[in-house]
Amino acid sequence: MGTEFVQLSLSPILIGICAAVACALPGNFLLLRRQALLGDAVSHVVLPGIVVGFLLTGTVSAGPMMLGAMASALLAVLLIETVRRLGRVEPGAAMGTVFTSMFAAGVLLLETTGASGVHLDVEHALMGNLESLIWFDATGWGSLLDPAALAALPPELFRMALAMTAAILFLAVLRRPLVASTFDEGFARATGQRPSLLSLGLVALSAASAVTAFQAVGAIIVIAMFVVPPATARLLTDRLWTQVGLSAVIAALAAILGYVLAGYGPLWLGGQHSVSAAGMIAVVSGLGLLLAAAFGPRRHRREALPEA
Amino acid sequence: MSAFLDALLLRTGYNAALVSVGAMLLGLAAGAAGTFMVLRKRALVADAMAHATLPGVALAFLAMVGLGGEGRALWGLMVGAAGTALLGLLAVDRLTARTRLPEDAAIGAVLSVTFGAGVVLLTVIQTMSAGQQAGLEGFLLGSTAGMLRADALTIAAGGLVAGAVIWVLRRPMTIVAFDEGFATATGIDVVRVDRIGMILVLFVTVAGLRIVGIVLVVALLIIPAVAARFWTDRTSVMFWVAALIGGLSGWLGTALSAAAPGLPAGPLVVLVAATIFALSLFLAPRRGVVARAVAARSSSGRLDPSEAARWIALRHMEPTSPLIDEDDGRTPLSALLPPDRLAALDRGPV
Amino acid sequence: MNAVGRFPESLPALADSPLAVRGLSASYGGKPAVIDADVTIVPGTLSAIVGPNGAGKSTLMKAVLGLVPRQTGDVTVFGQPLTRMRHRLAYVPQRASVDWDFPVRVLDVAMMGLHRELGLLGRVRPHHRARAEAALDRTGTLDLARRQIGQLSGGQQQRVFLARALAQGADLFLLDEPFAGVDAATEATIMSVLKSLRDEGKSVVCVHHDLSTVADYFDRLLLLNRRVLAEGPVDLVLTDRNLQATYGGRLSVAQLAAIR
Repeated sequence: MGTEFVQLSLSPILIGICAAVACALPGNFLLLRRQALLGDAVSHVVLPGIVVGFLLTGTVSAGPMMLGAMASALLAVLLIETVRRLGRVEPGAAMGTVFTSMFAAGVLLLETTGASGVHLDVEHALMGNLESLIWFDATGWGSLLDPAALAALPPELFRMALAMTAAILFLAVLRRPLVASTFDEGFARATGQRPSLLSLGLVALSAASAVTAFQAVGAIIVIAMFVVPPATARLLTDRLWTQVGLSAVIAALAAILGYVLAGYGPLWLGGQHSVSAAGMIAVVSGLGLLLAAAFGPRRHRREALPEA
Repeated sequence: MSAFLDALLLRTGYNAALVSVGAMLLGLAAGAAGTFMVLRKRALVADAMAHATLPGVALAFLAMVGLGGEGRALWGLMVGAAGTALLGLLAVDRLTARTRLPEDAAIGAVLSVTFGAGVVLLTVIQTMSAGQQAGLEGFLLGSTAGMLRADALTIAAGGLVAGAVIWVLRRPMTIVAFDEGFATATGIDVVRVDRIGMILVLFVTVAGLRIVGIVLVVALLIIPAVAARFWTDRTSVMFWVAALIGGLSGWLGTALSAAAPGLPAGPLVVLVAATIFALSLFLAPRRGVVARAVAARSSSGRLDPSEAARWIALRHMEPTSPLIDEDDGRTPLSALLPPDRLAALDRGPV
Repeated sequence: MNAVGRFPESLPALADSPLAVRGLSASYGGKPAVIDADVTIVPGTLSAIVGPNGAGKSTLMKAVLGLVPRQTGDVTVFGQPLTRMRHRLAYVPQRASVDWDFPVRVLDVAMMGLHRELGLLGRVRPHHRARAEAALDRTGTLDLARRQIGQLSGGQQQRVFLARALAQGADLFLLDEPFAGVDAATEATIMSVLKSLRDEGKSVVCVHHDLSTVADYFDRLLLLNRRVLAEGPVDLVLTDRNLQATYGGRLSVAQLAAIR
């Protein structure tokens, strides 16, 4: 059990946890700012960016593809805003127009340039392949102390851990202005803060988390973790930072439980093969939301208290 | 190029022609249903429904295989898709109505969780039928390759029925989307109209899965409607223009896909629609970006004092007027108001 | 009943009253907004519902129309349940409730008033269009008929909403704050249309917030602060005692003097 677990499951689980938390943390503020679908939009539009990054450099290495994805995510945010303002289009419709068009362009680019033959394919991008991120050099728990083996950990783990740390730092450093501008943007501006700059920062952080996680674990986990854990936590508490903390815990639990269920669940049921871990992580988080929606202590909308 | 021309003119064989006609009818219905959805400001609910079809498609496949069939009958997969899409719609509505979550969060949650469940089921199917291609991957991005005559007819019929229902309900739909309170007061059952509208959207979504695919079918609902808004100020006209754009996208997109069989149909259809949207955004008369820039330029420069005084009078007399937002320091009020109103402003507050 | 001032006048029999409300309670956003309200509208009169902010004026009107759920109470319109009499009733909602960028032209909005007659499949015939245009003409907005609704001023929009109600050809008109945020010219136009409706024998009810114009504009007055505090002819209801009861002593002597 030990060796096999460390080799095959430890690093996917850790990567899953980091990805889930890195997405769930900014997700809390997107939820409160009515931008909950940003993660959805970003994880669609990174596809053309990744393809362009690949076409320009001809390699599937992480750097250029990451840059392409980042640029593409920011371009999408810009385009949505442009369509909204120039065309006076309602935000949801503007978002729907832009992210589907860019995703369609990405698919065509992929199919027409032959990039699909190499390493990229759309299904892979959508569904992720968490299971493949194994720690080949590990020989057991002892490998955690072996520098040579540690160096052979999948690079996705380091990138995801970095993204998670960035998200934590961002929230920790900017916690006060973030709360003030999320609650009342006008007031924040009046007191000399820069809510639009902060908004941009939040969007950039979300895009960075989404892009990193998208590359490592696929779109499903990204979309689910941006929305579902924060939404679940929102039904459990009225206190913002409790909500943020809870969402991180829920995201991590979903990652662990989902991975374990996907890997071992079918075996327990007498099956032969595991099922998609990414899909199972989303499903587990969805069950959590269902429970919170049915029994959460703060599930109801708060009404203004009657006067006198 | 000539292959594309042949496809455009429906000369690539009976089946391919049927697929093009089916896609066109589907696009017509999608444009019209999408108009209601966009005007009701629920554009992305359809995205949740589309993603929620995946577990239904997979379950229907499993059920048909379990019953000894081949599992690929389109109508069966569509029934399964409609079932879980309806559950997805109900879940969005319930989460929005019964909990404190806003609609966009409910959409995101339902979309990702149902899609995840679908992917889990797809992996089950892959391992079950080891070696034997289930072909369900085509539902993700849509494909016209290998479509049967019956499939094309099913889609065409679905588009036709949805289009007809929307045509019948266009007036109550317009009133409900414009002014809910008035609609209820004149006896229109707002809840029922909304429900029928979303069922039609669901219908189009499910009918479009095979051609446009789960990930992109929402675009066929949103983009034609958004593009149509640039060409008209009337809902009745907008329904038609959106239907036209949707039909054109379906037809051109599938023709392109027939000419280049390697390319998935969904992205092609969506990119045709997106091109029409971009043209509309920039070139439409009056509402287009170019037309507005020209109008702003022709009235550029500072206003003369009497026009400026009218703006000041307006701000005093009608502080809540939406026209005040139009005050860009260049546009004279005389371009926006009829003479009698200008005269009233010139007289000043009573 | 609990009303402070109910006047020994001859109210119409319930069956004849254009609008009769008995024991209506409704809540808004979880708190009780209207409690046990009785309203009897007299045919051929202009009535105002007046009270302080948050008194439940709009909620009362919306609960009557079924736009917010009623907790208790009965509503009859011309002696029948509302659902059977909707064709005799026209409603003008608050202007703020609408997206002004919506793709409708002024004439389209007026045509919405004919929805019940046209039904789902009925064709728009010249006489339908003529009626919508006549309604616009009566409110002085006919020359704007081809404009998109958002290109109008607030007062013009309010007049178009009134025209939509006129096109319905109703006998009872319910207006929610028709004078909120409109210019003086529009207020005068709306008032003259409402008075001419009254003179044709129709009944008009307005939610209204401007105490200084109540006596000039209306025949009858209903004072509301969650409960109905007085109802009757405007000159009898508009007393210091009733107003203080309604506004909870929030009106100064000078304000009271200005009202009469």
